Amino acid sequence: MKLKLLNGCEASAEGAISAGCKFYAGYPITPQNRYPEYMSERMEETGGIFIQAESETSSINMVFGAAAAGFRAMTSSSSPGISLMQEGISYLAGCELPAVIINMNRGGPGLGDVTPSQSDYFQSTRGGGHGDYRTIVLAPWSCQEIHDFTYLAFDLADKYRNPVVVLGDGLIAQMYETVRLKPKKKRFPKKPWALDGCSRRKPNSLKSLFLTPGVLEAHNWKLAVKFSKIEKREVRYESYYCSDAEYLVISFGTCARITKEAVERARQQGLNIGLFRPVTLWPFPYSQLADYMKNAKKILVVEMNLGQMIDDVKIAARNSDARIFFYGRPGGGVPNPDEIYKEIKKK
Amino acid sequence: MKVIYQKPESLTSDITTYCPGCGHGIIQKLIAEVIDELDIREKTIGIAPVGCAVLSYNFFNFDVTEAAHGRAPAVATAIKRLLPTRIVFTYQGDGDLAAIGTAEIVHAAARGENFSVIFVNNAVYGMTKGQMAPTTLVGQKTTTTPDGRIPQMHGFPIRVCELLSSLDGVTYLERTTISDIPGILATKRAIKKAFLWQMENKGLGFVEILSTCPVNWKKSPSDSMKWMKETMEKYYPVRVFKDPGTNL
Ligand SMILES: Cc1ncc(C[n+]2csc(CCOP(=O)(O)OP(=O)(O)O)c2C)c(N)n1
Repeated sequence: MKLKLLNGCEASAEGAISAGCKFYAGYPITPQNRYPEYMSERMEETGGIFIQAESETSSINMVFGAAAAGFRAMTSSSSPGISLMQEGISYLAGCELPAVIINMNRGGPGLGDVTPSQSDYFQSTRGGGHGDYRTIVLAPWSCQEIHDFTYLAFDLADKYRNPVVVLGDGLIAQMYETVRLKPKKKRFPKKPWALDGCSRRKPNSLKSLFLTPGVLEAHNWKLAVKFSKIEKREVRYESYYCSDAEYLVISFGTCARITKEAVERARQQGLNIGLFRPVTLWPFPYSQLADYMKNAKKILVVEMNLGQMIDDVKIAARNSDARIFFYGRPGGGVPNPDEIYKEIKKK
Repeated sequence: MKVIYQKPESLTSDITTYCPGCGHGIIQKLIAEVIDELDIREKTIGIAPVGCAVLSYNFFNFDVTEAAHGRAPAVATAIKRLLPTRIVFTYQGDGDLAAIGTAEIVHAAARGENFSVIFVNNAVYGMTKGQMAPTTLVGQKTTTTPDGRIPQMHGFPIRVCELLSSLDGVTYLERTTISDIPGILATKRAIKKAFLWQMENKGLGFVEILSTCPVNWKKSPSDSMKWMKETMEKYYPVRVFKDPGTNL
């Protein structure tokens, strides 16, 4: 198996290529400029199409076209660009088109800054654009994981005909780690709904507009069935020392990786403490987390934002008596293990 | 008996939902006839963005996808790049192409994407019931310019062909009208030329078609044709801006 030293953008891009991605469109934005640069080379080498679009609005609509034609397609950006893509993501969801969107989250709101953040949790997990829909959201904490999750994202997108978001951040985009590359995918699902010319079949059409009364409602109910299937089957999470922990720390993405060090130190100091890490932010591991909360007296949520995932933690905690605390660093602030450790001890 | 006229295979049998005197029906029939004549129905992919254009997937009997408002050129770019042997075209209104989607068309044109654009200019927002479009003429009354379009307040109408003509990526550029039979026949020739041009991989072919919207213009269908001829065609001259040179 091939090992390579890659940064998060490159690792993710290689995951996409292993998964058979044939189309990438993007627009430069820090901290993920390496992504389009790298893809401009790699798409060419692997027989795919790379386009530097005139905007993120255009990028996502190009991805819409590529997906409509039946190809595995993706885009990457960072927060302000992802905001511009929301219209397109809503159309992808409405037309039931598979696509992968990488968000290397940076500080906001507005232009914000270019440093790592988790402030797009709400946007990612609550649909983001207009209408009743969901996107699967995967939150990696290493270059290896962003490689594996990007690959997985393409399979999930095809399986459910739905956009999938990989929520990284400026940290993962910029850091280098050794990555074990996945072998190239060889077999792909058939797409009889794709538009490639109606030769020897009836014409296909893709749409999200349903003007006849009741038809859109039925379409939404159909999507609802799909979303509940995803909720049942696709929950992913990790837990460390959680089984009998009285003190539960909950964190996701790179922030969870930093937090893990603090939790381990606290354990060495004799605290009965564990770390729970949602890997899919939607579907959120509510019931799994709720199980671990049974022994918990204290819960600390650590995020690189003002407190967004904590809303989901509270939903999971509705039958729990534990007291819930929050420690967050918004606006591009990245906590170190020391300060999280201090925070753990304080509560 | 010899059949001398029939519905093109590229049109479905759905009953039109367009208003009386609307130009969309005429133009879509011309497109369907051209596709039949070129025998490309089974490899054509149409992109129908928001506007009255979007309903065209009910009437076109080949693969058609919806696109968000203004975004058809981005969608078409990807489809054509990935499926270069298919015939790809966008079918866009003036609000769609010249307001919300200005960036998308300008950049697809600048990149010289190899698809065809059928641009229906009816000088008004049809689907949303008659607001000012970027192509609404000076003095023209709409629901958002009740006293007529006044340049000091609403700016000037955009001549899209003239705007695009400076871009090297657009290689065929023509404005036509459907205000009379010769105009309709010339429009059909232009659509055909654009499709043939695409089949030769020669870059973006763009046909602007002056069209009617009698309901929102608050005119009868025949007065609409007259107004188009006498008023619209003055501001939007019907002519060829760039011609591939027809060895076609
Ligand atoms: C993002 C967005 N903004 C506004 C609308 C509402 N809308 C639907 S059709 C339309 C105008 C279309 O006018 P035009 O492109 O000129 O086409 P026509 O209907 O006249 O053929 C508008 C503004 C929309 N669907 N999406």
